[in-house]
Amino acid sequence: MLLSSDILIQAVANGLLTGAIYALIALGLTLIYGVLHIINFAHGALLTAALFAAFFADRVLGIDPWISVFALAPAFFALGYLLQRLVVWPASRGEDRAILLVTLGLAVIIENGLLFQFRSDTRTIDHPFGFDVVELGTMLLATTRVVAFFAAIGVAAALFVFLAMTDTGRAIRAVAKERLGAELSGVDVPHIYAVTFGLGTACLAVAACLLLPSYYVTPQVGNAFVLVAFTIVVLGGMGSVPGALAGGLFIGVVESISGLLYGETLGQLGIFLIFILVLLFRPQGLFGAKA
Amino acid sequence: MRDHLAPVLIVLALLAGVPLVVDSNVVLNFLKVALMLALAGTGWNLLGGYGGQFSFGHAVFFGTGAYAVAVLQVRFGINAWAAFGAGIVLGAVLGLAIGWLTFRAGLRGSYFALVTLAFAEVARIIASVWPLTGAGAGILIPLREGFLTLQFGSRAEGYWFVLALLGIAMLIVRAIEVRRFGAQLVAVRENEDAARALGVDVLRVKLLAIALSGGITASAGAFYAQTFLYLDAGLAYGPWISVEALLTAIVGGIGTVWGPLLGALVLQALSELGKHLGGDAPGLGLVLFGAVLILVVRFAPNGIVGLARSLRPRRLARG
Amino acid sequence: MAELLAEAEGITVRFGGLVAVNDASVPVPEGCIVGLIGPNGAGKTTLFATIAGFQKPNAGSIRFRGADITRLPPHRRAALGIARTFQIVQPFAGLTVRENIAVGAHLRHAGRADALAAAEAVADRVGLAPLLNLPAASLTVAGRKRLELARALATEPQLLLLDEVLAGLNPSEIRDMIPVIRAIRDGGVTVLMIEHVMQAVMALAEEIHVLAGGRIIARGGPEQVARDPAVVEAYLGHGAAARLQGGAHA
Repeated sequence: MLLSSDILIQAVANGLLTGAIYALIALGLTLIYGVLHIINFAHGALLTAALFAAFFADRVLGIDPWISVFALAPAFFALGYLLQRLVVWPASRGEDRAILLVTLGLAVIIENGLLFQFRSDTRTIDHPFGFDVVELGTMLLATTRVVAFFAAIGVAAALFVFLAMTDTGRAIRAVAKERLGAELSGVDVPHIYAVTFGLGTACLAVAACLLLPSYYVTPQVGNAFVLVAFTIVVLGGMGSVPGALAGGLFIGVVESISGLLYGETLGQLGIFLIFILVLLFRPQGLFGAKA
Repeated sequence: MRDHLAPVLIVLALLAGVPLVVDSNVVLNFLKVALMLALAGTGWNLLGGYGGQFSFGHAVFFGTGAYAVAVLQVRFGINAWAAFGAGIVLGAVLGLAIGWLTFRAGLRGSYFALVTLAFAEVARIIASVWPLTGAGAGILIPLREGFLTLQFGSRAEGYWFVLALLGIAMLIVRAIEVRRFGAQLVAVRENEDAARALGVDVLRVKLLAIALSGGITASAGAFYAQTFLYLDAGLAYGPWISVEALLTAIVGGIGTVWGPLLGALVLQALSELGKHLGGDAPGLGLVLFGAVLILVVRFAPNGIVGLARSLRPRRLARG
Repeated sequence: MAELLAEAEGITVRFGGLVAVNDASVPVPEGCIVGLIGPNGAGKTTLFATIAGFQKPNAGSIRFRGADITRLPPHRRAALGIARTFQIVQPFAGLTVRENIAVGAHLRHAGRADALAAAEAVADRVGLAPLLNLPAASLTVAGRKRLELARALATEPQLLLLDEVLAGLNPSEIRDMIPVIRAIRDGGVTVLMIEHVMQAVMALAEEIHVLAGGRIIARGGPEQVARDPAVVEAYLGHGAAARLQGGAHA
């Protein structure tokens, strides 16, 4: 099939814009994995919850998502902190299979609680910049998505700096690397676990507020993102922040181009196949000895 | 060895008597769906409960069993019973294929859960676009009541049919429990390296387990298709069935013969409660399921069977 | 000397640039207790894992009853009659002691009743009989070491590989264990043990191989090995043998 280079470039650019959001979602997931060594199956449902929160902030309170993000990010940090402290950790006693089930249980509760409350209607907001575009050469890019791209990259960079520079960040990295050693040198490990879970959840709130102006909300919407996020995390290396960023952008482009060539549904299929293939054939290379 | 099968046979006989004394369609439908879930859960339990390999994508077997029955009858004119058998075999073969790929790659724990989830999603997407499976419109099995078409006129007959399937599955699991394969399967769950050192062919044990597991759960899907006579990708491969398959086993008692049946009865009751409380708004039943899952993991890791045993430790400790 | 039951020949194992085992050969005569000792990091565990089939060698071969088994996976070796224990004990924590041992017994007994009976007989031999119904997770360290031994024995091996089965035990527990191991040999099972506890090996083994820096540096009877200056140096550091000798003269 022949595609004009303009269309292709446009697809790549759109893929990068979506990919940055994917990266942000994957960042939360990989951070939690890197430190707690658990796969948080509730990640998608929490994203949905954040989208609903941003939606109602806009519709009921009239607060633009770009503003409400400054309240929602701390709120979701607190939510994640408490979930880890009060539910995930006590219920699973730190045992792998139990954690898997508890986060699955949380996902089922959140997703279906939202479904029960709001039915499966599709909801959107009218954003003031909803129809604006940015012209870049031959490309036309939605303003909201360009803003989202730079904000997502900015948040990822801020997180990276936070982990590298602050005391809490260093403690998080210490726990990720050598839990016992960190514990012995006085780090409050349960607190750090909860902070990490909170940060991962806060990433979702940011992603939700950036996504909402150009996307929609349904109680199942998080599912579409979560397997993509898993794919990115596996591709980029479990627990790696730069890996999540690069993986997110890559998958965004892959999805955009394969969607262009084969249609949206089969584009999704391609992502799952990449995911399965990577897990099957590069497991040790991508997540070390943990498997 | 026969003694081990006796309690299962007695309970099955009691359940078989239900339609003779109860006339209510509501009760029979309730039990029919619960037994179908127990069947799907019994398949999950063999691999997850006994073998320790947690699948989050057992819908891939359920859906394949369901579509096999529908597609073979509708598109190829194959007899319903033959199609039903083929569905079970296909589930087992698919289990073998997925097991061969994932277990050889050394995937365990969270990674196995993730990759099975992905397989189920791949199956769902394929079924939603493939003309053979009816793509987005789904596939309808024409209504033709009769023994040969495996469509039962009375509710009691359908109930007995799924009870027979569940009975066979439970007897298989019970028989495995008291044989070498059962001991090796549990050993693999507890510690793969130690099992290997004691002469257990870990890969072979896992493959056999996932094949049986896939076949059993596929039979539940085949029964679903043959009962409701309509399928689409979301019904057959939807994530809900993966969740319910593992929930029945975990709530009832993971790694026990009785777990899936007890769990399915409790969950089906919860689901009815959800419908009762929530009216026609969907979701409340599943919210209750999620809450029960977390509570069971937190307070009763061995489920209902575990609770019963802790009340009567002497008699049941070795059962 | 008795006929060789098993033999590791010219085994080399590399991890990246590091040579963990370098051209090491260990013959194991039938009916003997053979000891493999060496300082920490000598490559004992790696060589042991190679013989048990848990580690593929880069070069060399393992023979058992004359047949080359270098490529066989652990479970096939177990079927041929080679059993191992783990230094870091690996119980099936959720199962009882009886069920743990029965997993090993199932290798030779298909039926559940047979396997359970065999498990009880083995438990008797290693002194676990009173603990058969306890969950394995509730055993003490000494109990778990015995469980390792019992499970391995339940596979009815001809060659038993013991990986530091005495490490972590207190002196009185070691004293209790020594006759158990000797009785296993007297029952017709050949034993290859790696051990850090020198005295125990000296008391048990007829033949000792000393591994240091991945190479076999000495072999022979316990007396002979203990006096070997190369062995003393390997354990106590460079020049130690000379210093000890000097000390004796002064």
